[in-house]
Amino acid sequence: MAVSFNQRYAQYFFEPVAESFEEEHWNAIKRHELVFQRCAKCKTWLHPPRPMCYQCHSYDLEWVKSSGRGKIYSWVTFIREVNPFNKVPYEVVLVEMDDEKGVRFISNMAEGNAEDLYIGMPVELVWVDVTKEQPLPMFRPVK
Amino acid sequence: MDLRNKACIVGIGSTEFTRNCGRSEIHMAVDAAMGACEDAGLEPTRIDGISRFGTAGQTATEFVTDTDLARCLGIRNLRFFVESPWGGGACCATVMLAAMGVITGTADYVLCFRSIRAATGMVRYGRPTRVPIDAHWSYSMPFGLSTPTSWVAMFTRRWMYETGATKEQLGHLAIVTRENACRNPRAIYYGRPLTMEEYLRSPILCDPFCLHDTCIENDGCVALIVTTPDRAKDLKQKPAYITAAAEATSWDSYCMTSFYREEIGIPEMEEVGKELWRRSGLTPKDMDVVQFYDAFTSLVPMQMEVLGFVKKGEGGAFLEGGDRIRPTGELPINTSGSMLSEAYIHGVNMIAEGVRQIRGTSTTQIKDVSKVLCTGGLGVPTSALILSKDEKS
Repeated sequence: MAVSFNQRYAQYFFEPVAESFEEEHWNAIKRHELVFQRCAKCKTWLHPPRPMCYQCHSYDLEWVKSSGRGKIYSWVTFIREVNPFNKVPYEVVLVEMDDEKGVRFISNMAEGNAEDLYIGMPVELVWVDVTKEQPLPMFRPVK
Repeated sequence: MDLRNKACIVGIGSTEFTRNCGRSEIHMAVDAAMGACEDAGLEPTRIDGISRFGTAGQTATEFVTDTDLARCLGIRNLRFFVESPWGGGACCATVMLAAMGVITGTADYVLCFRSIRAATGMVRYGRPTRVPIDAHWSYSMPFGLSTPTSWVAMFTRRWMYETGATKEQLGHLAIVTRENACRNPRAIYYGRPLTMEEYLRSPILCDPFCLHDTCIENDGCVALIVTTPDRAKDLKQKPAYITAAAEATSWDSYCMTSFYREEIGIPEMEEVGKELWRRSGLTPKDMDVVQFYDAFTSLVPMQMEVLGFVKKGEGGAFLEGGDRIRPTGELPINTSGSMLSEAYIHGVNMIAEGVRQIRGTSTTQIKDVSKVLCTGGLGVPTSALILSKDEKS
């Protein structure tokens, strides 16, 4: 399967936009680092990021680099094309991260076969250049 | 103060449901509004309130504004104009706000409507044509997770995994709504029954959803008129009393991509249910027929679970064979063919069907109906309402 893109239609790629308090998440991705936001005070993970910890209302937030390991929580497979940039078929996975409690992350499977996917499947991070400017964190089965 | 039967729906109007209406949203809205006025026996210029789906911001849904419609209907001035956000989640909320408007005396006659060109307009819900402006879309759109079908498919697969629900069970729902549509000449799928074989062989759009798991892309408008029981006495129809209504968000709600909370299903409807049963003093057992919002098949058994019609995890099994949800079954549902087989008017067509069940004029009329539940869209903040035949209930 592996995601693949039709660069002729790169204008249809949805480029990430960020609120002020999310910028580091996306800046880190450009450096090939997957980081998640955490409250420095009560250690609650905050994904997607927030301006303030919703648990203890602290503004003291930190960015923590992820091990990139997780398990598939759910997934879908696009069979009908909805965007000419994304070649079908492709899988979108919801990954529950191993080391960041409660954090789930939407991504794609960059390697492996669709029929081998299952809920609970261990996956690990790989980097894929989606366009010339934009790398995205994606996943493959743990080998 | 509660709503309890202090307001009622007295008029329902509709355009034809079609793959191409050949006219604009405002044109359809005028047609449906005039239909609702004629049904009610109300001079259109007496409408002094409009309660509509959101027209602004991230969840912009309705293209027709209150001033557009007032101008075209010849209404000199509106005293009450409100909107409810979140797409299909708004459908019952528009009626709730209309009821609040007439009960408080802010308005006398409030028009609720939804005019949609999902087949030929600028916004086609099956395709990622909207330009997302809110940053939270950045956590899904760049990865190609870009359509309502795919967002609901994501939490549907998890629900199927947790409950053991099967594609065949969802197929039985698709077949029963189609049977109901085949008795309803307004329905887009009128005259086109569905077999399990056809359901299972229909093209997969976004696995686990195939074509017949998804609602119709169509054009159409449905309008409703809400007033007080006193004013209803001078009108043509037997009122459908609004016994209770509720709207709710839930923990960590996003627009159809609430994938980061403990349960990724439809907790918004669970919250709506708690409020609805508390406010009405009624239970699921009191409902004679239900119009469950069904933009996608799985949403119906999931709602049965969170609203307490079945135990958690038993929604799929309840659909098995389809008999329990057929008109003769213990829980008749979606009697017009609903959004899977009649038309996708963001649930307003299903409220109109709820009114028909109260009046006794449905093409799939259930015997001795005194209470109807109608529900709103899922995966978003949502709403629901209970209609009654008897003012004293």
